[in-house]
Amino acid sequence: MKALLRRVTPWTALLPLAITVLVGYFGAALWSLFISMTSSRTFPSTNFVGLEQYERLFDNERWQLALHNLAIYGLLFIVACMVIGFLLAVFIDQKVRGEGLLRVAFLYPYAMSFVATGLVWQWVLNPDSGLQNAMQHLGWKDFTFDWIIDQDMAIYTIVIASVWQASGLVMALMLAGLRSIDEEIWKAARLDGVPVWRVYLSIVLPMLGATLATVFVLLSTAVVKAFDVVIAMTQGGPGTASDLPAKFIMDHLFGRANLGLASAGAMVLLLTVLIIVAPLLYARSRRKEART
Amino acid sequence: MRFKTLALVAALFAAASAPAQTKAPLKAEVIHWWTSGGESAAVKTLADAYRAAGGEWQDTAIALGEQARSVAINRIVGGKAPTAAQFNTTKQFYDIVDQGLLNNVDEVAIRDGWDKFLPEVVLNVIRIKGHYYAAPVNIHMPAWAWTSKAAFRRAGIKDDPKTMDELFAALDKLKAAGLVPLAHGGQGWQDNTVFTFVLSNVGGRDLYLKVFKDRDPAAIKSDAFKNVLLTFKRLHNYVDKGSPGRNWNDATAMIITGRAGIQIMGDWAKGEFSLAKQEAGKDYGCIAGFGPKSLYVIQGDVMVFPRSNDPKVVAAQKLLAKVITDPVTQVAFNEKKGSVPIRTDVDASKMDMCAQMGLAILKDKSRQIGNGESYIAPDQNGALQDVISNYWNRDIPVEKVQRDVLAALRD
Repeated sequence: MKALLRRVTPWTALLPLAITVLVGYFGAALWSLFISMTSSRTFPSTNFVGLEQYERLFDNERWQLALHNLAIYGLLFIVACMVIGFLLAVFIDQKVRGEGLLRVAFLYPYAMSFVATGLVWQWVLNPDSGLQNAMQHLGWKDFTFDWIIDQDMAIYTIVIASVWQASGLVMALMLAGLRSIDEEIWKAARLDGVPVWRVYLSIVLPMLGATLATVFVLLSTAVVKAFDVVIAMTQGGPGTASDLPAKFIMDHLFGRANLGLASAGAMVLLLTVLIIVAPLLYARSRRKEART
Repeated sequence: MRFKTLALVAALFAAASAPAQTKAPLKAEVIHWWTSGGESAAVKTLADAYRAAGGEWQDTAIALGEQARSVAINRIVGGKAPTAAQFNTTKQFYDIVDQGLLNNVDEVAIRDGWDKFLPEVVLNVIRIKGHYYAAPVNIHMPAWAWTSKAAFRRAGIKDDPKTMDELFAALDKLKAAGLVPLAHGGQGWQDNTVFTFVLSNVGGRDLYLKVFKDRDPAAIKSDAFKNVLLTFKRLHNYVDKGSPGRNWNDATAMIITGRAGIQIMGDWAKGEFSLAKQEAGKDYGCIAGFGPKSLYVIQGDVMVFPRSNDPKVVAAQKLLAKVITDPVTQVAFNEKKGSVPIRTDVDASKMDMCAQMGLAILKDKSRQIGNGESYIAPDQNGALQDVISNYWNRDIPVEKVQRDVLAALRD
């Protein structure tokens, strides 16, 4: 009896969470899947239209552009964050003086909301009032940096702002990883005369596998839900040049009263995430099995 | 002593609540997005008028139209509907009507003779299958051109332009004088506003209706429409580099300071001018359109009345509909809001020069025309805005734009 109780108790404690996950997450995803196959406009309807919304979606030039931007943004953002975050962590790991202060300084941007980040960077990058203007006043008359109003470059300004915001978090996670590496390994490497950069690259980095995976998953979700930074910086402009899928979906959900099309977009986005994250999770579960 | 005080308090309470019990005022909760300084002053006139008519106004102001509308819709669906909710004079609320979630105000509309004094365009939006589902509040005209007298003086331009050619001539002179010719905020809806201005002034009534109302492929592929698009794109040569992403009121500020010459924007811009203590005709000019047949594009706000069977709520909705459309309320509200009344049979002598100009045009039925969104669904309007905004910002062959417009407007 006691044994049974002991086995049941943890499950009972987890029940509220399980219900939340099932109803809130899976339920909502299934609901969106259903709505994406109907002709819903302002209100959910049950008029089934098959894959028509998906056809319309992929016919839509703005959606194609948004996906294209997502690929650029996602790739650059994740790579840049990981590289910069890792380098910052290595730098702080050199037992520099004032480590605490530096750590706070690097992590601080992450404490700011994306909206505030976006607004600040919008001011900095605005050619009329920001960096370009300041440099020209200081004497560099030819200095131009007007990516934010350039059709082809606007998306990169969003990458810059996002990387500035998120690399600090990556640094913090990587630093925790670095600190967990056994001192003995360093000593052994020193005895063998291996150069420091080589130790980081060939020994430490592979040992940080789990941390890297966590960082990757965190950054990927940030990519998919990126919305507020675009709103604050460019509102998707100039024109629709810096549009991202999340903004497309939000626009169609409310302002354009097209639940069906917006849900189709949301499903495509979910699918993209699964395609990226699923192999990773699979690999990790395989490794865990191999270990046990 | 203590007991006496208590008794006194009790008596006071009884006295205060007694009249309320005998005749409770009709309580009306109204959701709207009039939150800026001028807008709150305007909505206060509605609340005051409703109170004077014996009602109790409960204000639920929610910033941003989109936000306010989605709150209203969620509350209607969730069964906690407000007494009235603001929408634009467009097809935004048609889905709610289809679901049978709105009360009509036929009784008030027929008794007060709305058919007689409301512009045809407004009637066509609020009257669905013979029933009146919304009470119009105001008429905004989104496609005015505002000119800066100071900038014009510096560029040596005497009068406000009276034709499209004169407009371009003025823009050239402003450019030559080193000023920003066209103050423009490069956001999708503002690009669309400039497009509406060009379509109504260059395209004219027939083309306008063929494009928006009939969505006629022949008209969209016609040379006349191509000319409209090219003229629209030509205006892009006159904006400054800082234009993309700029807010409309920042663009208006450029007119106010005389840094820029002309802005194409709705009549809500007047709020900015009056905040800066500028006067129409003296510090700034307003152009409703070119020529004696120029169109008055009608946009605006309405109140819709969510479904309820509670006789008190229905009575409050009817009272609201009556108060809102009353000529005196109309003048008071629109004076503050910068729009013009929904009826032309009002005393306009107290309104500003531009509003009087607008009302005069509005009196001619053949010059009234709806905003694009009053003919097409919200997502079609959004798709069209994407196409127009892309064309404004990118070099796209005009023939492709014509095809894209056609695609945006299909069902």
